[in-house]
Amino acid sequence: MKIENIINEIESIDPEIYQRLDGRRSAMKSFAKFSSKIALASLPIAFGSMLNKAYASPTGPKDAITDVLNFALTLEYIESEFYKAGYAAGVGGTLAIPAGAPLNAIKTIRDHEAAHVNFLKTAITTLGGTPVVFTAASFDFTAKGNFMNVFTDYALFLAVAQTFEDTGVRAYKGQAGNLISNNDILTAALNIHSVEARHASHIRQMRKANGGLIPAGVTVKPWITLNQSGIGSAAVQASYNGEELTTQAGVNIINIGGATITASAASEAFDEPLTKEQVVAIVTPFFK
Amino acid sequence: MPTKNSSDRELVAASEANIKNLSRRNFLGYIGGASALLLTAAACKKDSTTSNNNGTDLGSGDVGILNYAYALEQIEAAFYTKIFESPYSGITASETALLGDVRDHEVAHREFFKAALAASAIPALVLDFSSINFGSRDSVLGTAKAFEDLGVSAYNGAGKLLVSADYLLLAGKIVSVEARHAAYIRDLIMPGSFADGLDANGLDMSRTPSEVFAIAGTYVKTKLNISNLPTS
Repeated sequence: MKIENIINEIESIDPEIYQRLDGRRSAMKSFAKFSSKIALASLPIAFGSMLNKAYASPTGPKDAITDVLNFALTLEYIESEFYKAGYAAGVGGTLAIPAGAPLNAIKTIRDHEAAHVNFLKTAITTLGGTPVVFTAASFDFTAKGNFMNVFTDYALFLAVAQTFEDTGVRAYKGQAGNLISNNDILTAALNIHSVEARHASHIRQMRKANGGLIPAGVTVKPWITLNQSGIGSAAVQASYNGEELTTQAGVNIINIGGATITASAASEAFDEPLTKEQVVAIVTPFFK
Repeated sequence: MPTKNSSDRELVAASEANIKNLSRRNFLGYIGGASALLLTAAACKKDSTTSNNNGTDLGSGDVGILNYAYALEQIEAAFYTKIFESPYSGITASETALLGDVRDHEVAHREFFKAALAASAIPALVLDFSSINFGSRDSVLGTAKAFEDLGVSAYNGAGKLLVSADYLLLAGKIVSVEARHAAYIRDLIMPGSFADGLDANGLDMSRTPSEVFAIAGTYVKTKLNISNLPTS
């Protein structure tokens, strides 16, 4: 194992390594040669500071990562406060969530979202960032009057819940690439992402069991079919547009490999990401 | 890297620690997100011997991880295909429809990886489902639950092993569908158990490839060599 190997390997992947180091190709070459003469223990530090300079980010990766986590925290606050209010209304009798399995499921999901809020707050603080703060008073779950009866109409409550969960899955997915430089944070985000998908699956089953899907005859499954929501409101459509994709990385999934795969199944088999901007546009009406 | 002397080991440890502390977003973005360990490992290759197991080599780097996913999707797709050769007694219309969807999704995943990997794809695995009683709902759904939860934890654990953000996104597109399956099948077995098994923070599980194959290996006859997969 030699330091020259590291530099040579970087050069093989990044031909511009020397240009990045202020174009001082000869200086780097000499560093590589010189490195064999200086103390092994000090090498990584010298080498590290060179790379640091060469690839320094203007804002710093820590800020970029806490930005993503604050974005995630914002979404978790929305969900957390939504389920808190919904569950309280269910227990209080103003929202007709059936007792037993349905009410328990809402409680379970409420608790997960609250745990996510706490987890993300801690993660952001640990990274030296400042977590955003929201309370119940921050939100308008009628979305400016689009969902006036969200806490009195069970079907509508589930429809909004489904939209939040499916949007959350797409939002985390869209941010994974921005966390690729931090293994621990990326893994934690993926571990939340799949929980949101489990929630989405369950809420969708609750909607199927409850019925009253729109348009009449639409099927709501645990997975997203094409860009269908089964919800009779144009206000949610932005959360589903793009899910109808049937081509992945240039590969057509319909009837792939001679198997019978319909467009519906092809779209269901892959969930699609949303950008931060798309998600912000979707959730903005829910803020006071 | 089994053949290093002690100062080499110190250097590896120290440079890993250092590189991990760098402001390396751009650096990683540029070379596609190679982890410090991968970088170090690559640099070490020239003067260390690669361990060589017999068996089908999944490969190294991102291709190795894609083959890892391809292997898991082969298991899942074959399992659900077999369910429909002779459905368990008492299968409902709803289960037939939705488990049929799951089968189609897993077949789509398998065929997608096969197409994407092209010449780098491992061959079709020889599988052994003899421990499953396909006539029994409990046996079939219990196995399905195990496969789906395993798949979720495998993709969750594989994310950090990928270098390419494009592949990370593709894995993300699939893992949430696996999680939807897992929740559905869990609810079939016990309503409301869609997300049992999370930790106290409400986080799902991640598993390493060796942890995954320790479980999935029961169903795979083909000898697999996972020793060249990235570990960080």
